[in-house]
Amino acid sequence: MALLELQNVHTYYGKIHALKGISVHIEKGEIVTLIGSNGAGKSTTLRTISGLLTPRHGQVMLNDKRIDHVPPHEIVKMGVAQSPEGRRIFPRLTVLENLELGAYLHDTRSEAYHADLERVLTLFPRLRERVAQKGGTLSGGEQQMLAIGRALMTRPSVLLLDEPSMGLAPVLVEQIFEIIQEINSQGMTVLLVEQNALQALSIANRGYVLQSGAIVLEDDAKALIENEMVQKAYLGLE
Amino acid sequence: MAAEAKAPTRRVSSQRTTAELLRVIFLPLGQLFAFILGSAVVLGLIVVVLSFLLSRDDPKIFQTAIAILPQVIIDGIVRGFLFATIALGYTMVYGVLEFINFAHGEIFMVGGFVGAGVAYLLNQWGILSNLPALLFVIITVLIGMTVSGLLAMGTERIAYRPLRNAPRLVPLISAIGMSLVLQDMVRLIATNTPLGFNARFETPNFGKPFQLASIPLGDRGIPVLIGPKAVIFIVAALLMLLALNYLVNATRLGKAIRAVAQDRATASLMGINVNQIISLTFLIGGALGGAAGVLFGMNIGTVNPYMGFIPGLKAFTAAVLGGIGNITGAMVGGIVLGFLEAFVASYLSLFTGGNFSGASYADIAAFSILILILIFRPEGLLGESTTQKV
Repeated sequence: MALLELQNVHTYYGKIHALKGISVHIEKGEIVTLIGSNGAGKSTTLRTISGLLTPRHGQVMLNDKRIDHVPPHEIVKMGVAQSPEGRRIFPRLTVLENLELGAYLHDTRSEAYHADLERVLTLFPRLRERVAQKGGTLSGGEQQMLAIGRALMTRPSVLLLDEPSMGLAPVLVEQIFEIIQEINSQGMTVLLVEQNALQALSIANRGYVLQSGAIVLEDDAKALIENEMVQKAYLGLE
Repeated sequence: MAAEAKAPTRRVSSQRTTAELLRVIFLPLGQLFAFILGSAVVLGLIVVVLSFLLSRDDPKIFQTAIAILPQVIIDGIVRGFLFATIALGYTMVYGVLEFINFAHGEIFMVGGFVGAGVAYLLNQWGILSNLPALLFVIITVLIGMTVSGLLAMGTERIAYRPLRNAPRLVPLISAIGMSLVLQDMVRLIATNTPLGFNARFETPNFGKPFQLASIPLGDRGIPVLIGPKAVIFIVAALLMLLALNYLVNATRLGKAIRAVAQDRATASLMGINVNQIISLTFLIGGALGGAAGVLFGMNIGTVNPYMGFIPGLKAFTAAVLGGIGNITGAMVGGIVLGFLEAFVASYLSLFTGGNFSGASYADIAAFSILILILIFRPEGLLGESTTQKV
């Protein structure tokens, strides 16, 4: 049984048919990546899983329960967290307040909450130095760390990451991907959406290639890296 | 990375210390007092200078201007708190929805009517005159807050929520429609009950005004008076501002409200029920407006179904003046506007030899401010330039 599964999902923005029957499954403990170019429907897929968009056909299953018509705040409660595209930090709240909002559904006086907070601040020592700073004053990399940390604070069973490398310097990209691997090695299931296909495939177990709203390829990450079409279109190799 | 790992780890806790708590609650009030003091001093100085210059022709102008100054400042504070409490409703709703709830003036008016209605019933039952004034205020304000709060929440549910994803002009028109509906519904109810169109707001005896000082002018003294109702108004407004600051800055609900105000979609990804928070925002804003309506009606002694329009517009001006969406800004904007009005209403006539007398000129001053602020500083006194959304 898959932890998270999309079955023939069609999502629309008004009249625009953005997802044309997508089927994806994610098993517990995996890193699965969704690669594809701009506008292929990667973010739309994540927004559909999180309930920000409702599919017109098809279903989204979490632990064999349908969640495609559940409102986003209920989906968070069921264990799906998202670090959204563009990070979407609350700019006028402090780093600590951003993290506290991640734990909105939990008691901030509990031991479990403090354990979560310590865990996130240990993963991202930068954030510890900046807890009292406003979110909007952080650098791009720090904001990305905060977005991931904030998502972890919801205590998810699956973590959706939307373009964590976007706009970051290569050193930081390296660092973010290392941390994603570390989070995964602690038992977290990860669905990673990336344009940086090589980096994403190098840490993932499996991958899907998305093109204009449909999945054109699906394989083990290693096989995808070797795939001629992927190499041409997404890895810049000839 | 290595250097960071070596840095001493600081224990981070989400428990606010009492000092921090007091800071977040009282800091906005400190700003408010700074603006009260600042407005009083600046406007006072302008009056002193102007009257001094004018007194070359007529020495009495200077004396009179100085003598009525303390009274004008007190009036300014009372007006200011009125605008501030109504403006909070506009600004909170704008904060979470980026939408001007033009029916908010009517929520204020309904508060006034409910207060008058409760007072009428108490009078019918013959217990009004024996009721302690403070208890009477507490009863009417609480009932007015409840009705206005629920009404505001209801209007959002019926008239705004179905239009949440429509173009921005659509809910605005819906709000204006709601405002007309509420006015005429209240008129219908009021004229078909003993309350009547111009309903009297009965009150128990509040006692005599307090005399704060007496200013010598010629052979007689000009007393500086403050009515007990005005004192109650100021105290009640301050208590509400304190409670609101606590709610918004120090509670979980407040954090959720601020998150929804900054980014609705992301707030829902934190597990926040955005619709519920929006409802609660209308409830709180409406309750504040209702309380202002009761206190205002009590102060002037009569209410009518159209009384919400002008104070509503002025409170909107105050919210824009302070920086729409900014809670402290709404309070500050209200105070500044109240002062300005009180000064214009009292001094314009005196300085122009009676050529421009009458309270309507105060309205001109208030709305000129709206135009000026929109032209020169649209983000308001305390507003930050709008953060870009990715």
